[in-house]
Amino acid sequence: MASVPNEIDNTWNRPGERAPLITGGHDFTSLTDVACGPAETYRPPRAWYIAFTISVVLLAILGASIGYLIINGVGVWGVNNPTGWGFAIINFVFWVGIGHAGTLISAILFLFRQKWRTSINRFAEAMTIFAVMCAGIFPGIHVGRIWVTYWMGPLPNQMAMWPNFRSPLLWDVFAVGTYATVSLLFWYVGMIPDLATFRDRSKNKIRRFIYGLFAMGWTGSSRHWHRFERAYLILAALATPLVLSVHSVVSFDFAVSQLPGWHTTIFPPYFVAGAIFGGFAMVVTLALPAREMFGLKNIITLRHLENCCKIILLTGTIVGYAYLMEFFISWYGGNQYESFIFRARALGPYAWAYWTMITCNVLAPQLFWFKWCRTNLWVMFIVVMMVNVGMWFERFVIVVTSLSQDFLPSSWHYYVPTAIDWLTLAGSFGLFFTMFLLFCRFLPMVAMAEVKTVMPHADAHAHVPASRSFDYNPDDFEPEQEQK
Amino acid sequence: MSGVKTDSPNATAGRLEGLLVEFDSPTALVAAAEQIRDAGYRRWDTHTPFPVHGIDEAMGIRPTRLPFIVFLLGFIGCIGGLVLQWWTNATGASDFPGLPTFLQGYNYLISGKPEFSLPANIPVIFETTVLLAAFAAVFGMLAMNNLPKHHTALFASERFRRVTTDRFFVYVDAADAKFDEGQTTSFLGGLGGSQPEAIHDIASSPSALPGGLKVSTLILISLLFIPPLVIARARVAKSNEPRIHIIQDMDNQERFKAQQAASAFFADGRASRPQPEGTVARGDLRFDTHYYEGKIGGEYATTYPEQVTINEQFIRRGQERFNVYCAPCHGLGGAGNGTVNATALRLETAGWIAPTSLHDQLARSRPLGHIYNSISNGIRSMPPYGDQISPTDRWAIVSYIRALQFSQQADLDDVPPEVRPELR
Ligand code: HEC
Repeated sequence: MASVPNEIDNTWNRPGERAPLITGGHDFTSLTDVACGPAETYRPPRAWYIAFTISVVLLAILGASIGYLIINGVGVWGVNNPTGWGFAIINFVFWVGIGHAGTLISAILFLFRQKWRTSINRFAEAMTIFAVMCAGIFPGIHVGRIWVTYWMGPLPNQMAMWPNFRSPLLWDVFAVGTYATVSLLFWYVGMIPDLATFRDRSKNKIRRFIYGLFAMGWTGSSRHWHRFERAYLILAALATPLVLSVHSVVSFDFAVSQLPGWHTTIFPPYFVAGAIFGGFAMVVTLALPAREMFGLKNIITLRHLENCCKIILLTGTIVGYAYLMEFFISWYGGNQYESFIFRARALGPYAWAYWTMITCNVLAPQLFWFKWCRTNLWVMFIVVMMVNVGMWFERFVIVVTSLSQDFLPSSWHYYVPTAIDWLTLAGSFGLFFTMFLLFCRFLPMVAMAEVKTVMPHADAHAHVPASRSFDYNPDDFEPEQEQK
Repeated sequence: MSGVKTDSPNATAGRLEGLLVEFDSPTALVAAAEQIRDAGYRRWDTHTPFPVHGIDEAMGIRPTRLPFIVFLLGFIGCIGGLVLQWWTNATGASDFPGLPTFLQGYNYLISGKPEFSLPANIPVIFETTVLLAAFAAVFGMLAMNNLPKHHTALFASERFRRVTTDRFFVYVDAADAKFDEGQTTSFLGGLGGSQPEAIHDIASSPSALPGGLKVSTLILISLLFIPPLVIARARVAKSNEPRIHIIQDMDNQERFKAQQAASAFFADGRASRPQPEGTVARGDLRFDTHYYEGKIGGEYATTYPEQVTINEQFIRRGQERFNVYCAPCHGLGGAGNGTVNATALRLETAGWIAPTSLHDQLARSRPLGHIYNSISNGIRSMPPYGDQISPTDRWAIVSYIRALQFSQQADLDDVPPEVRPELR
């Protein structure tokens, strides 16, 4: 990973002047060249191969541990009698949360006209899809008899019984299902123009055909763009409440039950903030190596990363506030079961997990108050890695502490995950990174069409200063050169 | 900028489809678009690598109707989500008789909550609304844009391949009413872009779908229908073979069979655990045989146990329980003429043994404890009711039977004097 000096600093704020979002003096042509680079080079960098090998091995481990689970049943996991929701639900909530940053960047920042989103939205959306894929596995396999998981859907079973629509677990099926579908549509629709770029630039027939198939014959027609932009805006407007609803519904799984530590109204907002927090940490985790590996430093600039750090700081602080508030209410509410469970969280058998969570989620992001930390890639990397760990532990703390010490002290049981639990978790990262690396290699990682609209050349009305105007002449263009 | 480029390889074949002009900046394109719009062309378009700001007005594109479609579908999603939940959770088979089972609702009760409650249904309604609206936005947009369309004539142009990178194009369709090859060419040539390029329709364009593809896709799709068809047939066809049992679902489990020497479950070869010494199983601590079994020293009791007090309220309780548990067979008056008996006689059920009249000599002579025992354990063909009726209620029924029996044997002196005149 590069050190700071060869980064271009565009993080300044000077009144009356806009810091460029794309550095390196790019015009449309060179920007397209750079953004298409990863997918067009014959050989990706060595680091890609190494990362891909590791990811595929982990993916194989995922497959093997799920197969082992199916053959033997959920007894291979560490779940025990009070703690019926072990790693499966922890991992599910963790992965669903990760996805949220992608939708936030693509939808909410779009509605707020945050132009810096264009450089990172595509791969953040891809991250969403892959994270939701990982998330979707866990509820599916934790039901034990995975061949009847379709009972979760709105279908009558052989006794003509339908699922119970008043249960948060069913809301979850709908929320996550809709979220996955809409995210996929959003991602794909946004990608159509860029797939067309790939199609038009491809030099061999098969490539041209395949990208052409997925580009659906996009010609950049202004009449098409008109409807496209409208559809995109509508999707953003739909995805915004959707993303807020998804983690709220996930939090209902806990909050609607009557377990101390779960039964609180703070859960929906707190879960959403936590999801965005964890998701942005994952965005930065992916962006740091990706921009290095594929030479995208002028597109995903220091300013983009700094902005992400600011959001991490904000949402991390909200999460810290929620932790505090939970404690306050457990005391102020005067319910002895509540206060017991919170005392047990901080001082009981899982105190180690609790304090890991506090350190990683609340303390570490506070470094981002300092600009030096927000612009130093190494500090950034360490902090976001801590947040990734911390957010996983948050879910661990929520799920395990409340369950393992339930109302009947005689049935308390310390939860110890098994090796299969750990392998499945590691394997889900394998799935995530395999998909992500394939995406970097074969699909447009940067939303080129969108980035072009935020470049100064794109404005049809403003006159571009001479120094920034086109340095090419359309008459020089020789199609044959492009072909070779 | 002089006339149509003729050295283009495309010019040799096919019909003239339209004219293509290239511009180097969005500014130039917008200016040109305004002129074409003002010249009165209708079937023309501009092509750009990204949505150019201001091009809609310059071309005179009217706002799309897409939002209405989205709203409509979103609305359907909303109502659909509501109806789905109401139908499946708040209606039952009896509400809409005659429907096939898979269409029937199933209104089961959960934690005593109402079958239909809007607040609990809102999350799903919200999700179905968003889902359908999003489908409308995406597929509506594609349909209105006439996509997907793998091949268009424009792809024949080599220079057009940069439309998705950095060039801006105007394309005027030859089908436009105002189109005239010479005139339009010189008009377009004067707009400040490249010289117009004639686009011809050529079937063998490199971007066209390979010929065999359509056929093979069709074959593939029809092959995909075979497995579902086989399954559908298997569902209705009869077979002597046992079902293929892939997923066991715990259907075949380890078990202890009657003649088996030793079970594998426990080291001592037993299948279940003996009672540990000095313990009493739950509900087994019943030393008071009078109250629990109706027996004193092995003989049927002739008195009521001390746990019950005979008064009107107690006998009324017995009446109420009797009417629930016993009257269906024995009849409300205990004469053995309940509805079950009537039905059995009507159906001429073979081997039917009629419930005894509780007023016959034998029944009247039975000690209290005997009747109590008949309720608890059943008698001859009568089934036991001990695990459905609590001991106190059993005694209450006994007391009510005695009252019934007495009512049939009483003489006038037993009736209170004020009602005697009514009975004469
Ligand atoms: C399913 C129908 C049915 C129900 C319900 C039923 N009985 Fe009977 N009962 C019978 C039949 C049949 C006989 C006669 C059995 C025989 O002769 O084999 C009988 C016999 C009796 C007798 C006579 C036993 C004797 O001493 O010979 C008594 C007393 C009696 N029932 C009491 C009750 C009471 C009290 C209840 C309510 C708790 C009750 N039965 C509910 C079917 C019923």
